[in-house]
Amino acid sequence: MSAGHPAFQVGQRVRVLTRQPTGHFRTPGYVRGRVGVVQHLTGAYLNAETLAHGGDGRPPLMMYRVQFQQPALWPDYAGPATDTLVVDIYEHWLEPAPGDPQPPQQEPRP
Amino acid sequence: MSGHDHDHGHPHDADAHAPIEEGGGPVTWDEVLEAALRELCIEKGVFSGTQVMQALESMDARRPEDGARLVARFWTDPDFRRLALENGKAAAETGGIDMTGAPDLVFLENTPQVHHVVVCTLCSCYPKAVLGIPPAWYKSKAYRARVVREPRAVLKEFGTVLPKSVDVRVADSTAELRFLVVPLRPAGTEGLSLEQLAALVTRDSMVGVTQALSPSP
Repeated sequence: MSAGHPAFQVGQRVRVLTRQPTGHFRTPGYVRGRVGVVQHLTGAYLNAETLAHGGDGRPPLMMYRVQFQQPALWPDYAGPATDTLVVDIYEHWLEPAPGDPQPPQQEPRP
Repeated sequence: MSGHDHDHGHPHDADAHAPIEEGGGPVTWDEVLEAALRELCIEKGVFSGTQVMQALESMDARRPEDGARLVARFWTDPDFRRLALENGKAAAETGGIDMTGAPDLVFLENTPQVHHVVVCTLCSCYPKAVLGIPPAWYKSKAYRARVVREPRAVLKEFGTVLPKSVDVRVADSTAELRFLVVPLRPAGTEGLSLEQLAALVTRDSMVGVTQALSPSP
């Protein structure tokens, strides 16, 4: 989870988790459960979810700019299917898109 | 009644003698909370009333013209453009903007294929350091809900109609970064100075709801 070892790479398909935590979080409801593509590794940022509740936000979390095709967000989207939306999502809100090959394990557990 | 004479030719709702009060409505819960917190912090010495005023004045002093100068430089200076795409905050500082304490800044470059439009659906994140205080519509629930759902309909209401071949790309600013749109450089601007170019870059074009202005012939 450190900035040096991002869990996802540019171009990888990811799904936003459908968690419903209480308290502060930065993942808009309309992208939860939706599949997009990592467009950019934004960098590591302090965790806003713990910062908002008196914590120190550590450890920092990797953040990703994820790009969605609009029809993946809104099945009845009225514009061209090529329209897109980008949003920055913290790493712990993402998982590999279902059906895609899993990234190789970094190190086998002893 | 207050003894106010109602027979002098204007409706009471537009009472010319009424003091101008921000918002107009009753004091909200959030306003009470803000005042209580501010007063408590001042009382406990966390910061002074003067510092609050200075922070407000510094925020008020920022103007869309600051962002427009950055865009003009982005259009004309390849080194600046490279830096802006790599590290927007550093580029803004190079452009003479004090970014102390400001969130990271991302330049979203429009191209003939991609048109960006910025929103913050969760609250009202806005690149205040380079654009100043956001307009009321940017913070409205209607804009925030609709521009992610039907961006082309919203753009049309701003007078912006884009061909279907252009990817309308909504950038939802939810986290630690702020987005500044670099509109397409208008045609016929080759000979213009930085100042003349900056004058074509409106606030709305840097949010992405409009294009940059065309130079007057």
